[in-house]
Amino acid sequence: MEYYLKIGGVIMSVKLIKNAVGRMVPTQINGEEAIPFMGIGMFVPKNRKYNSKIPTNANYPADGNKKGKDLKDALVKAGLANGMRISTHHHFRNGDLLANKIFDIAHELGVKDLIWFPSASFPCHEHLIPYLEDGTISRIEGSMNGPLGKFCSEGKMKGIAILRSHGGRYQAIQDGEVHIDIAVIGAACADSFGNANGLAGNSASGLLGFALADSQFADKVIVATDNMIAFPCVPWQIQGNFVDFTVEMDQIGIPEEIVSGTTQITKSPDRLFIAELTAKFCEEAGIIKDGFSFQAGAGGTSLAISEFFGKIMKEKGIKARFARGGSNKYLVQMLEEGLVEYILDGQTFDLEGVRSMRENANHVWTSPFTSYNYHSKGNFAGMVDVAILGATEVDVNFNANVVTHSDGYLLHGIGGWQNCLFSKTVILPIPLFRNRIPVVRDEVTTICGPGELIDVIVTERGIAINPLRKDLLEKLKGSCLPIKSIEELKKEAEAICGVMDELVLSDEIVAAIKWVDGTIIDVVRKVL
Amino acid sequence: MELGGQIGTAGNFDANGKGDCFVSIELKQSEGIIFKLESKVKVFYGKSIEALCRSILSFFSVENALVVINDSGALPYVIAARLESAIKQVVSSNKDFLFDFLPDNLYKSNKDQFRFSRLYLPGNTPYMMLNAGIHKPNGIILDLEDAVAVSKKNEARYIVRNALRSQNFYGAERMVRINQGQFGLEDLTFIVPHNVHLILIPKCESRAEIDRVEEEIAKIKQKVNLIRDIFLMPIIETALGVENAYEIASASRNIVAMAIGLEDYTADLGVQRTNSGAESLYGRMRVVNACHAAKIQAIDSVFSDVGDMQALAENVKRSKSLGFQGMGCIHPRQISVIHENFAPNCDEIERAKKIVNAFYEAESMGLSVVSVGTKMVDPPVVKRQLKVLELAINLGILPKDWRSDYVG
Repeated sequence: MEYYLKIGGVIMSVKLIKNAVGRMVPTQINGEEAIPFMGIGMFVPKNRKYNSKIPTNANYPADGNKKGKDLKDALVKAGLANGMRISTHHHFRNGDLLANKIFDIAHELGVKDLIWFPSASFPCHEHLIPYLEDGTISRIEGSMNGPLGKFCSEGKMKGIAILRSHGGRYQAIQDGEVHIDIAVIGAACADSFGNANGLAGNSASGLLGFALADSQFADKVIVATDNMIAFPCVPWQIQGNFVDFTVEMDQIGIPEEIVSGTTQITKSPDRLFIAELTAKFCEEAGIIKDGFSFQAGAGGTSLAISEFFGKIMKEKGIKARFARGGSNKYLVQMLEEGLVEYILDGQTFDLEGVRSMRENANHVWTSPFTSYNYHSKGNFAGMVDVAILGATEVDVNFNANVVTHSDGYLLHGIGGWQNCLFSKTVILPIPLFRNRIPVVRDEVTTICGPGELIDVIVTERGIAINPLRKDLLEKLKGSCLPIKSIEELKKEAEAICGVMDELVLSDEIVAAIKWVDGTIIDVVRKVL
Repeated sequence: MELGGQIGTAGNFDANGKGDCFVSIELKQSEGIIFKLESKVKVFYGKSIEALCRSILSFFSVENALVVINDSGALPYVIAARLESAIKQVVSSNKDFLFDFLPDNLYKSNKDQFRFSRLYLPGNTPYMMLNAGIHKPNGIILDLEDAVAVSKKNEARYIVRNALRSQNFYGAERMVRINQGQFGLEDLTFIVPHNVHLILIPKCESRAEIDRVEEEIAKIKQKVNLIRDIFLMPIIETALGVENAYEIASASRNIVAMAIGLEDYTADLGVQRTNSGAESLYGRMRVVNACHAAKIQAIDSVFSDVGDMQALAENVKRSKSLGFQGMGCIHPRQISVIHENFAPNCDEIERAKKIVNAFYEAESMGLSVVSVGTKMVDPPVVKRQLKVLELAINLGILPKDWRSDYVG
C-alpha cells in the first residue's frame, strides 16, 4: 500500500506494510529503511556489529587530564554541527539539568536540526519544546513522557519520533542502526580522565548503565560532573578510555527529583487490592518458591507486590535467588533481610538503592547489554521467573500498550518493558478502567508487546490468564481467586463505563515503536 | 416554568480535574439549549454525555438554558445526579429522573446478616463508591450526614439515590445514614424506594425518633407500593442516648442492630477518646447490654487511625470480648482486619465443636443433659457455641459437615 507521509510539512510517498501483529507500518522512517515486525524471534540480523573509529593516544593528553573549560567548550571541540545526533541518558530522571543545558548551548551557537537521542525523557525536558519549534532539534529518538509526548502527538515535531526499549536502544547503537555523533554522560562522580560512576556526590543516581552503549559507540563522548575527584574514580561504571572530554559543572541534577517519583508503596486501597491478588496468584501458581527470581517495577503497585511477596516468602521460609531492579528501599530491605540473595540492578530509584549498590557486593550493576539486548548471546530477561509490569491498555488478544493513552496521546516511555516480556511469566496488574476508560479493549491503540508474551492480567475485578498458558490455567483450576476470561473482563468494564465511541486519528504518522529486534511493531498517529 | 438568569450548580471538580464532574445550568429566555462540555473522556463519551443531558433537560421541560459540564470521567448516573440536582435549584418539579435498576442491585438482606464490617462512604463522593464493593465489606453506608458538607447535603441525596440504583456494591448490605431531625426525614424519600436495606439513624436519643422515622418510611412505602422490610440501625452518640439504649434498641421490630458512635459520645462527655477506650466503657457496655437484651446486633464505633492495622486488630479483639458483633470502618484496608478478628479463632471453634458434638450425641441418646468430660454444660452455653459454629461455617472457616470427620 502506497502511503503519503507528511514529515515536517513535506509530503512524501512511503510504502506501508501489514506487520505480523496486523498493523500497517511504513518501510521507511526519516528517510531510512524500516523493517516491519515479523513475529517474535523471526528477524535474524545478518550484518556485523557497528564499531566506532579507532582513536589514538597521540590525540589525547598524556597526563590523562581531558578536562575542558566548560560544556560549551567541550561540545564545540567535539564538533557540534547541524544535523548531529546527540545522546543523553535518563538516570537523573526528572532532575536532569544536563540535557536542557546541551540544547541551550546548541541554540546559542545557532546549530540546527539536531536529533536528540535520550534513553528516556521526563517532564523537566519540556524546556526543550521551544528548540523543537525553532528547529534547533528536529526530532527525538527515545521514549517521551508527558509534555514532549503531547507535543509529538499533536504532529508538531519535524521528524518522526522513534521509541525503543532500553535493550532495543543498546541493540540499535550496537547494530549501527543509530549513529551517535556526541554522547554527553552526566555522572555524579568522575575523574578528569573520564572514569565515572553515579554512586557519590550531590547528583548520585546509582547506576550509569543506560549510558554504557553511548560511551562505547559514540564518535565523541563527554563526561560531565558536579563532583570531579582525583584519579582514579572507582568503581568505573563508565571507563575513561571511551571518553574524549570531561567537564566540571556547578550542578548537573536536582537531587530530590533524581530520587523522587514512584518510590512509595501505594496507599490506594484499590491498587493494594490488585497487588495482593497478584501476589496470591503467584503463590497459587507455584511461582514463589525457593530460588525463584522476580522483577517488579518502582511504581506504587509494584512496590506493594514486592512487599506481599516478602510476606509470603517469610511465612514459607523461602528466599529468592535474585531480583531484577530498579532498586529501591523495599528491595534493598529484602536483600538485607536475606529474602533475596542478589539484586541485579538496571537503575537505582532512591538513595537507599544507591547506598546498597555502593556497599553491598550482592547488589550488582547491570546494563542494557547484559540484561536486555536482544542481539546478543542471550540475556537475563528470559531467566526471570516472573515480571510484574504496567500497561495503559490490553486487548482481548493480550496485546498490550505502554506508550499511548486510549485517546491516542503518546505520554509514556517504554523503558525495559518490552525486554521484560521475555520473562517466564509476565503479569500485568492493572485497573479494569481508569477515568471511565476501560483498560481491557477489543484492540489496543498502540501495540508495544505482542499478546503471546503476556501471560496474566490482574485487575480488581478478576484475573485473566492467557489461553496459551495452559499450565497456569491447569494450576489455577478450582482456585478461589476470581479467574475470568479476558472477554469477561472487557464486558464487565464496558458494563460499568459504557461502550466508547471509536477513536478517530489522523493518517499522519508521528512516532514509530520498535520491537526489541529493531523492527517496527506499530506506529503512533497524530491526534486530531 | 423557566425563569431567566437563575443558576443552579452541583458537583465536585477542582482545578486539577479531581472529583467527578461539576455541572452548572443557567436558565435562558430563548436560544434553546447551549451545551458546553469539558471532559477528560470527551473523545469517547462526548456524544453520549450530551445525549444523556439533553434527555434529562427535556424530562424536566427545560427548553432554554446554558449547561456547562466539567467532567473528569464520571459515570452516567453521577452526571445525571449532578444535572438533576442543579436543575432542581432553578426549576420546580416533583419528578425524578431515574435510571433502570441495575439487575445486580435487586438483592435482599436479612435480619441476621453478618455486620462485622460496614464501610462508610461520603454520599457526595461518588468516585469512592466505584470500587467499594470489591473490598467485600458486609455493609456499605452511603452517608448523608457527617461526611457531607452542609452546603452539599442536598446534591448528595441525588448521588446516593442514583448510586442505589446504578452502582454495584457486589452483595454488600446497602445502607444509608440519614441526617438528624426533619432533614433526615426528607432524606428518606431519596432512599426508601430504591432498595435500601438498612437505614442508620444518627445521634438517636429516644424511642420517639425511631417512631418518626418509621412513620415516614411507612408513608413512602405505601406511596410507592413497597412491601419489603427496611431495617434500622440507630446510632447512640450521646450520654442521653446511652441512658435510653434499651428503649431505643427495642423500639421497633425493624431494628436489627444498634451502634455506638464514640467521637460524638466522648465529645458529649467532654473527654478525650483513647485507644484503650476506658473513658467510654460504661457507654459501650450499656449499648452492648441493651442490644443483647433486645436481641439485636451490637455494633462498635469506627477506629479512626487508618494507618495502624495492629492497633485496629487489638481494638477489634477488645470490642469482640465486650460483646460487640461488628464495627464501622472508614477505609477499605480495615475490612479484612475487622473480619479476621471478629471471626471465631481456632480455640473458640475447637471448644464449640467439642460442646456441640457432645450436645448432638446426648440428643441422639435421648438425653437432655449434656456433659463434656466431667462437666455439665447448660443449654445457653450450647446455644452460644452453636452460634460460633454457624458463624465459622458461614465465614468458610469450617466445613458445613464438620461432624463427618470429627474425632472428639
